[in-house]
Amino acid sequence: MNMTQQMLSNEALQSLQEKFPEGMQIIGEGAQQAIVVEDQYLLDMMNMLKNDAAYQFNMLSNLTAVDYLDYLEIIYHLYSLPLLSTVTIKTRCLANQLIVPSVTAIWPSADFQEREVYDLFGISFTGHQDLRRILLPDEFKGHPLRKDYKMPIQGERGA
Amino acid sequence: MEVKDMAAGKQTEDEFIKKNIIVTSIDTVLNWARSNSLWPLSSGLACCSMEMMAAAAARFDISRFGYEVFRPSPRQADLLIVAGTLTWKMAGPLKRLYEQMPEPKYVIAMGSCANSGGPFADSYSVVPGVDLILPVDVYIPGCPPRPEALIQGMLELKRKIQNPDVGRVDEYDATNAE
Amino acid sequence: MLKTQTYTLNMGPQHPSTHGVLQMVLELDGERVVKAVPHMGYLHRGIEKLAESRTYTQFIPYTDRLDYVSSMGNNLGYCQTVEKLMNIEVPERAEYLRVIMTELNRIASHLLFMSSLAIDLGATTGMIYGFRDREHILDLFDMVCGARLTYNYIRIGGVMADIPAQFISQTQKFLEDFPEMLKEYHNLLTGNEILYYRLKDTAVIDGKLAMEVGLTGPCLRASGIDYDIRKVDSYGVYDRFDFRVPLGENGDNWDRYMVRMDEMVESAKIISQALAKLPDGPILANVPKVLKPPVGEMYHRIENPRGELGYYIVSDGTTKPYRIHVRRPSFVNLQALGPVCKGLMIADVVAILATLDPLMGEVDC
Repeated sequence: MNMTQQMLSNEALQSLQEKFPEGMQIIGEGAQQAIVVEDQYLLDMMNMLKNDAAYQFNMLSNLTAVDYLDYLEIIYHLYSLPLLSTVTIKTRCLANQLIVPSVTAIWPSADFQEREVYDLFGISFTGHQDLRRILLPDEFKGHPLRKDYKMPIQGERGA
Repeated sequence: MEVKDMAAGKQTEDEFIKKNIIVTSIDTVLNWARSNSLWPLSSGLACCSMEMMAAAAARFDISRFGYEVFRPSPRQADLLIVAGTLTWKMAGPLKRLYEQMPEPKYVIAMGSCANSGGPFADSYSVVPGVDLILPVDVYIPGCPPRPEALIQGMLELKRKIQNPDVGRVDEYDATNAE
Repeated sequence: MLKTQTYTLNMGPQHPSTHGVLQMVLELDGERVVKAVPHMGYLHRGIEKLAESRTYTQFIPYTDRLDYVSSMGNNLGYCQTVEKLMNIEVPERAEYLRVIMTELNRIASHLLFMSSLAIDLGATTGMIYGFRDREHILDLFDMVCGARLTYNYIRIGGVMADIPAQFISQTQKFLEDFPEMLKEYHNLLTGNEILYYRLKDTAVIDGKLAMEVGLTGPCLRASGIDYDIRKVDSYGVYDRFDFRVPLGENGDNWDRYMVRMDEMVESAKIISQALAKLPDGPILANVPKVLKPPVGEMYHRIENPRGELGYYIVSDGTTKPYRIHVRRPSFVNLQALGPVCKGLMIADVVAILATLDPLMGEVDC
C-alpha cells in the first residue's frame, strides 16, 4: 500500500547541510520549503540526491525558472519513488550571466524542460547535448517570459 | 372521330417539356454539385478540432449533408476548416496547405481563436485572426462552437456557394484585411 | 559496392494521425526508422505569459484549453494549488463533486484515446463507437455547467454550481450501461487479431527507460511501475475511495492500451462510490471576490489522464500572479519518442504516437 508523499525530514536536511556547509541555504517552511544551492555545487548535490541511499530522488518532476529582475531562479522539484519523499532545489544566476549547469547527465528527463527554459528565458545550460529552441520558431528574436520582454508592434510580429 | 379521341389523351409538347426537362446554366448545376458535397481537409489545430470530430461522428453526423469525407491530403480537398488557434509558427504551413488546394476552394474560420485570436489575441505568438493570412468565407463564433454551430456554418457556406452574386468579393486585397 | 542511404520523411504538422500539430522528422532506412525527432511549438500560445496579466480567477478558462480533452482535471490542479497557497478549505460536497467530475472526465478522455487509436490503425468504426458513448458523458457535463469541452466548472474554493436533480439518476444510468459499452469495445478491438498483432510487443518501453525519459501516468504504469498520484499524494478526498491501479508488464503498445481500458473500469467504481456518499452542504467556500494570495510559491500536482499535471505558482501579493508554470505531462512524455522509435516501422510509429496519447494543446502550452 502506498503512503502519502512527505517533504524531506529535518534530520535529512541537517545532514545535507553538513555535507555542503557553504553554498547551501534552507529557506521557507512547510510546503514552501526549498534548498537554495550555488551553481558550483549544484551538480554534486544533485548527484548525491539521486544516487545516495539516504535520499534516492530518482524522479525529476518539474524544472522551471522565474525572472526576479536582478537574478533568475531555476527551480527543481524532485521526487523519490522508493522513499516517497520530495524536495525543492533552487539555484540562481544573475540577469547578465545566464549560465547554469545542466542536470541531463543525472536525469535525462530534464532534456525538453531545459530546452523550454532556454527558449523562453535565454538561460544556457552547460552540458546539454542539444540546446535549441523548442516551442518558438527558430528565427524568433528575444525570450518572451523575461519581465523586460517587449512585444513588437503588429506589423513586425511573427517570424 | 377516333383520331380526335387518340389526340385528347396526349400531352401537348409544352407540358411534356415542362415536366421532364430542366433548363438552367452550367454554373448553377456545378454550384449545386459543389455545395452538396464539400470535402473538408482534416486540419484541426486545437480544441475546436474536437468539436469538428464530434460533428463528423454519430450523433451530429454531417454525413447527412454530404460533408463527411475528410481528406488527409490538401490536393483532394476543397474546404479548409481552420479549427483552433493559429500561431505564427503554424501560419507558414497553413498557407502552404491552402495554396496546395485546387480551385474552387473555401475557408471556414471556426471558433473565436480563428476569427480574431480569441482569448489569446494579446499573446506574442498567436495570429489575431486567420483572415490575416487566408480569405475567409464563413466565420463561426464560439469557444468552442457546438457541432450544431459548425453544421449551421457549413449550411451558410452552402447558401453562399449556391448564390455567388450575393457573396462575391471581386478582388481579395490582403493589405485591407487589417 | 552497394551503398544504402537514409531517406528523410516529414510527418508534418498537418497529418491525420499526429493528434494535432506535431511534426515528426523521420530518417528511414527502407521501412525502418533510424532516427525520429519530434518538433513541437506549432500551438504555442504563450499561456504562461498571458497568466501574468490575468487575475487568478480569470486564468481558470486558460487551464481548460491546455489539455482540452480533460479540462476538469486541469481546473482541479490549478484551483488546488491556489487553495494550498491561500490555505482555503473546500467544503465536503464540493470535494465529492470534484471527484465525480474528474473521474467522468477521465473516462471521456480514455474513450477519446481509444477512438483515436482505432482510427489511426484503420478501424474507423472504433472511433464512431467511442465518440457515440463519449456524448453521454458530455451530456452530463452540459447539464451541470453548460459546456461540452471547456468547462470552467471547478473554481477556487469549490465548484461553480450545484448539480441539478436529474444528474444523479442520469449518471447512474450511464454507469449501468457502461459495462455493456466496454463489452462492445472489447469485442470489436481487444478481441481483434489484427489489432493484437499490431500492438503486441511493439515499441517496448521497459521500466528503466520509462523512468529515465520521465514518463508519468498510464504510460509509466504500463511499464510496470506502480506510481499513481491519486494514491501517493491523496489530494482532495481520494483516500476515501477504494480503487486499484492497473499495471502493465512489458511496456509495449498493448499494455498501454489495456491499462487505459482497465482504468475506465476503476473510474466508474470511484464515481458510483462518490455518488453513494455524496454529502449535503455548500459548494463554494467563503472566498473573497478579489483574490490576493499571500507572498510565496506553491507546487501541486494531480493525476490527469495523461500523467502528472503540476502547477507552480509564484505570488507577489497582488491580484495577478507573478509567474505560473504548468508542468505538462504530454510535453515530458514526448521525450520517449526519440529512443523508442529507433528500429520501428512507420506503421508502428503511428501506433506509438497513439498509445503515448499526447495532446498538442498541452505539449505546447
